[in-house]
Amino acid sequence: MMEAPSAVSSRPAITATPLLTLQGLTKTFGGLTAVDAVSFVVEEGSVVGLIGPNGAGKTTVFNLITGNYRPDRGRIEFAGTSLAGLRTHRIIALGIARTFQNIRLFQRLTVLENVLAGCHYQMRGGILAAMLRLPSQRREENDAMGRALKELEFVGLRQQALILAKNLAYGDQRRLEIARALATRPRLLVLDEPAGGMNEQETEALIGLISRIRARGITILLIEHDMRLVMRACEKLVVLENGGKIAEGSPEQVRRDPKVIEAYLGTEDEA
Amino acid sequence: MKHGKLFAVVLLAALLAAAPLFLNAYQVDVLNSIGLYGLLALGLNLILGEAGLFNMGHAAFYAVGAYTAAILNTRYQIPILWTLPLSGLTAGLFALVVARPVVHLRGDYLLIVTIGVGEIVRIALVNDIFGMTGGANGIFGISRPQLFGIVIRRPWEFFYLIWGCVALTIFLFLRLKQSRFGRALNYLREDEVAAEGSGINTAYYKLAAFGLGAAWAGMAGTLFAAKMTIISPESFNFWESVVLFMIVILGGAGNIAGVLLAAFLVIGLPELFREFASARMLVFGLVMVVMMVFRPRGLLPARGGRFSPVTLARGRG
Repeated sequence: MMEAPSAVSSRPAITATPLLTLQGLTKTFGGLTAVDAVSFVVEEGSVVGLIGPNGAGKTTVFNLITGNYRPDRGRIEFAGTSLAGLRTHRIIALGIARTFQNIRLFQRLTVLENVLAGCHYQMRGGILAAMLRLPSQRREENDAMGRALKELEFVGLRQQALILAKNLAYGDQRRLEIARALATRPRLLVLDEPAGGMNEQETEALIGLISRIRARGITILLIEHDMRLVMRACEKLVVLENGGKIAEGSPEQVRRDPKVIEAYLGTEDEA
Repeated sequence: MKHGKLFAVVLLAALLAAAPLFLNAYQVDVLNSIGLYGLLALGLNLILGEAGLFNMGHAAFYAVGAYTAAILNTRYQIPILWTLPLSGLTAGLFALVVARPVVHLRGDYLLIVTIGVGEIVRIALVNDIFGMTGGANGIFGISRPQLFGIVIRRPWEFFYLIWGCVALTIFLFLRLKQSRFGRALNYLREDEVAAEGSGINTAYYKLAAFGLGAAWAGMAGTLFAAKMTIISPESFNFWESVVLFMIVILGGAGNIAGVLLAAFLVIGLPELFREFASARMLVFGLVMVVMMVFRPRGLLPARGGRFSPVTLARGRG
């Protein structure tokens, strides 16, 4: 259904400008420190993977970035703007889009309507314009629909535009979430386990999709457990364990890092 | 819309428009009640059906609108129909003020708070708040409405006034549904976190849903005051809110046709079964239980499809 997977071999040169900067980010829930003084940088145009064992605090970092949680300490800067205290929809409007680990679609709405949600903040029409169906409102609606259909085309769901989101196959639901996120015209796309629950074929297609998103100039930060995907798609990995960062570097460096090996496989004397 | 469906809608509308020709005054009056409840339920449908916010205090907004109209009319001699926009505005603003601190509550918690709001308003009216509401006796001597120089007083005249408003409401709300605003309410209902995460200001749209739904209730209140010429707190008790809630859920939350059908059944059927006297509410309750078991999404469940393949072609690339 999707284009043949293209290994990310011919990578565009990474510009060194940081798009997203996390500095000393800390979040505690009650007595539990979910994220402990985490700092890293996502360079513009790169694909960065955030990995680590279950419960390492990866999703919490995502929720801090998109404003679902407030950090206890630390700073998050996006394209030179501090995200401190901003509500989620404001952060989305600044150019960060996200998907969710456990797919969160608008189940009883159509695929097209789901993607139109991403167009929402870029539109202006209010109650009165809608009731009077002003020409400007109709133009705006048609433009948004065109854009939404383009994003559906991009992820390969154009033919399913009019069916309900809940009736999509699992892998298609993940791709619909990505289309909805892309419709917000992000500079940074944050993917929470995009290959979760996907079979081998779907994962291959996803790797192809990620490289095509990147080719559009969109920076990607992703959480993933599928190591094949991480190794092939990302040029930088950040490894978390128990809320703290234990390693950062290229996939090859990280794979050889003794601390990472220990975190994933455990030490010998534990056995 | 398919031709068969369009034909059915036109036929029903024509039948309804001709109803005063073959119905007696009492029957037309029942239709007037159905129309008023229809207006109220369509407003509540925005809040409860489209946005998924559990509001069981809708009668409060109805009351604010009716009392605004009655006070302006009896104290300041403003023609009752002229008060329509102002009572809508007052009810809408009132809703914004009371909803602002509680609208972040979810589901059943919001439901309980809105019940409280409804009761507070009713009790405030009974206690003659600001010395303007006339206490338990209410306000009487509200003047008859005038439209184009014609004084509206007979049931069939009210019939065309009320159902004209219903028709206009359907027209406007259908358009609203097909817009960014209408979709935003649905995103809210389906998944609030995902809506906010897609760039939608969920707090704003929750309030907007309350404000608009309440404004409609306020305007329905004006029509009610004009029709009765006397209003009292008992017309806006908890049971009214329950009935409206029931109409929206029974009809199919988010479906305009379904909500109107339910208004016919919930308000019309008890009138048909008057012979059963007190047993009619028992029968009615039984019907509700059976309904909820066999059609939990309502008589006419809302369909997701706003767009047809034809409208898709309008999207410019």
